[in-house]
Amino acid sequence: MEAFVIGALHMLTAIVFPPLMLGVIGKTKAVFAGRVGPPVMQPYRDLIKLCRKGSVISETTTWVFQAGPVVGLATVLTALLLIPLGSSFAPVSFTGDLILLAYLLGLGRFFTAVAALDTGSAFEGMGAAREVTFACLAEPALFLGLLVLAKLSGSLQLGVMLGDSLTTHWATAGASLALVLLSWFIVLLVENCRVPFDDPNTHLELTMIHEVMVLDHSGPAFAMILYGASLKLFAFSALVLRLMLPMGGGPAWLDWPIFLGGLLLVAVVIGVVESTMARLKLTHVPTLLVAACLLSAFGLVLIAR
Amino acid sequence: MNGKFGFAHTRNGIALPARDVPELPLPDFRHAVIEAAANGDRVAALFGHVNPAASGLEVYAIISDSLNARLHVGKARLESDRYPALTPDCPQVHLFERELAEQYGVRPEGHPWFKPVRFHASYRPGQDAWSRPEGSAPVVGVTDFYRVEGEQIHEVAVGPVHAGIIEPGHFRFQCHGEQVYHLEISLGYQHRGAERSLAGGPHRRTIHTLETVAGDTSVGHTTAYCLAVEALAGGHLSARAEVLRGVALELERLANHTGDLGALAGDVAFLPTAAYCGRLRGDFLNLTAFLCGSRFGRGLVRPGGVGFDLEEGRQAQFLERLEAAERDVTVAAELLWDSASVQARFEGTGTVSPKDCLELGLVGPAARACGVECDVRQDFPWGVFRFVQIPVSSWDTGDVFSRAYVRWLEIQRSVEFIRAQLQSLPGGSLRRALGPLRAGHLAVSLVEGWRGEICHVALTDEQGRIARYKIVDPSFHNWSGLAMALRNQQISDFPLCNKSFNLSYCGFDL
Repeated sequence: MEAFVIGALHMLTAIVFPPLMLGVIGKTKAVFAGRVGPPVMQPYRDLIKLCRKGSVISETTTWVFQAGPVVGLATVLTALLLIPLGSSFAPVSFTGDLILLAYLLGLGRFFTAVAALDTGSAFEGMGAAREVTFACLAEPALFLGLLVLAKLSGSLQLGVMLGDSLTTHWATAGASLALVLLSWFIVLLVENCRVPFDDPNTHLELTMIHEVMVLDHSGPAFAMILYGASLKLFAFSALVLRLMLPMGGGPAWLDWPIFLGGLLLVAVVIGVVESTMARLKLTHVPTLLVAACLLSAFGLVLIAR
Repeated sequence: MNGKFGFAHTRNGIALPARDVPELPLPDFRHAVIEAAANGDRVAALFGHVNPAASGLEVYAIISDSLNARLHVGKARLESDRYPALTPDCPQVHLFERELAEQYGVRPEGHPWFKPVRFHASYRPGQDAWSRPEGSAPVVGVTDFYRVEGEQIHEVAVGPVHAGIIEPGHFRFQCHGEQVYHLEISLGYQHRGAERSLAGGPHRRTIHTLETVAGDTSVGHTTAYCLAVEALAGGHLSARAEVLRGVALELERLANHTGDLGALAGDVAFLPTAAYCGRLRGDFLNLTAFLCGSRFGRGLVRPGGVGFDLEEGRQAQFLERLEAAERDVTVAAELLWDSASVQARFEGTGTVSPKDCLELGLVGPAARACGVECDVRQDFPWGVFRFVQIPVSSWDTGDVFSRAYVRWLEIQRSVEFIRAQLQSLPGGSLRRALGPLRAGHLAVSLVEGWRGEICHVALTDEQGRIARYKIVDPSFHNWSGLAMALRNQQISDFPLCNKSFNLSYCGFDL
């Protein structure tokens, strides 16, 4: 019974909470700019608005174009079943689940990129090329970080790797974990197209990475994309947060509020980064991603005595 | 009377009888223009005029000699429908020659980039430079675009409908991966026949047409028009009117430069400056509204003077608001310069070399950012700028940073100017009635608008009506600069480079 309640709580959080993070980021940026800004619930309203609209589908596209948003949303929803949130274990947990997690996200990206290429638009092709190039560099950073955790916990199960044993690892291998944390935060920013890698607010097609891939989607399909993007932000924030604040040791009624509060804090930090920094030149993005890989790799070197 | 190269000379805002403009044989005319450009003078305007009293097409050239503050005017007569192009020897007239060909159907032979400019039918029916059938309406943007071919070369077409709320224009990029080999800009979507509608004037619509030649440069273009008609009608303005015109011009500069700094910050996703400058641009526009009731200075500059006064009682309030806006814009701009991530994006992006700048004849902040010291306020002073000099602001790196920084320097100079002028505003009547325009005269007026040199040329007929009115917006020169700035740049940097020039589409399309 308890497992069922926690599982339900897990999925409910994962489905309802993510757009709120976007709202908090928006509000933080508005405060920095001296504006009132849209209400924090605005992302939910936008999603509802988009769902009520019609879609325009180009005649030159095939089923791939329409499958892109669906697969993108489905993969990230499934991935969220694997990530431990406020309690020790996720609803689905087994040895090696971290591989499934990484490649579910990879599959989602593949379909988004293929759907972009399907339109035949020069912009979208350019966006797909950029997205895939940067993903190639972000993936090793994520995996090297997971490797550090696997080595420390002696397990290949996310629930154990990000479990309460992390508390002791922070004491013994704090430097390694700090490096991984930094590296993952960079991955979080690049995977979710945040400043300094991408600008989610820009209208300039030529500078976009992720947004330009989805220019041709509209209505409910676009709502799926936006919702999927918020789920992805939530997933990466959860990973970063679990690494920073080991959960599952205390009572559930305390862990969940701390976890959700932590997520909002991550959103505020992202908002602060976006408010105080300009975007990187596109050619400098790989440099920073390689640096993220190196950070994780150093983390591994430190514990691989 | 005859000066350099056998041309007649005049000064900014001084009319001369049209019969004093010497008519040179075509080879001498070509030689004169090419020589002048080679000696460092600029071709401020080159345009055609069909004189009903004579045969063929008259081609006028206005050469600006900034060292002596002189304008050299000469003309040649084209009897045939083709002539050897000047462009191969004098690149800065490349667009003028295309314009001439489009308007009057004469073909500059040997022009390396011979395409329509605004895609309208020839002014002389039956005579078309591209031999298009008579009566066919050219479609804007349909032309042979330059193409790079080869493996992995791809073409990106942007516009004329853009993602933001901006004017229409078509951009064609030839790319290799993310690198731009070539950018071709094709405009003309907003051609509305402004120049031709002015012929036969001045009439009641004239001033309004001039105010909307480029909506963000209302004061600049209206000032240039007023200078020209005042030169043709004779008579002087009161000192008060001159000063108020100067103040309005600098306010226009302040509003647009501030807006540009904000837009540049916005393009690199630097939130604080983007947000502040958006508001501050509004503050400067509101100051213009405080002066004349219109945020864009409409109704302020009028032939013979100004339409509105800044009375004694309101000056203190005006200055107070100016000080407040200055304080805030200083904070916003310093945030921009102090932020390493912004500087990393600005520096070395979209560099234009001084050589390209001079060859293409760029003007305004874009030219001053290449270290070229040209500023009409200093080189060909008119009105209040004959008595008060504003130092020329320049920087020499030629990149986005340079264009942004020149704007910041000019913001500071403009605020100083306005403050000094308002502390001792001279007296005098606001507006004097102008007499009729002198018949058969030609007047050239140059004004440093916020984008750079605005050149107007007015030619009157025997009844004292405008026979030909030529408008050269600074954007006409500078669009080519943007195309050069993009060579070998990242395509993702295009919006930033574009914003650093911030050129007018409607000022170009006329």
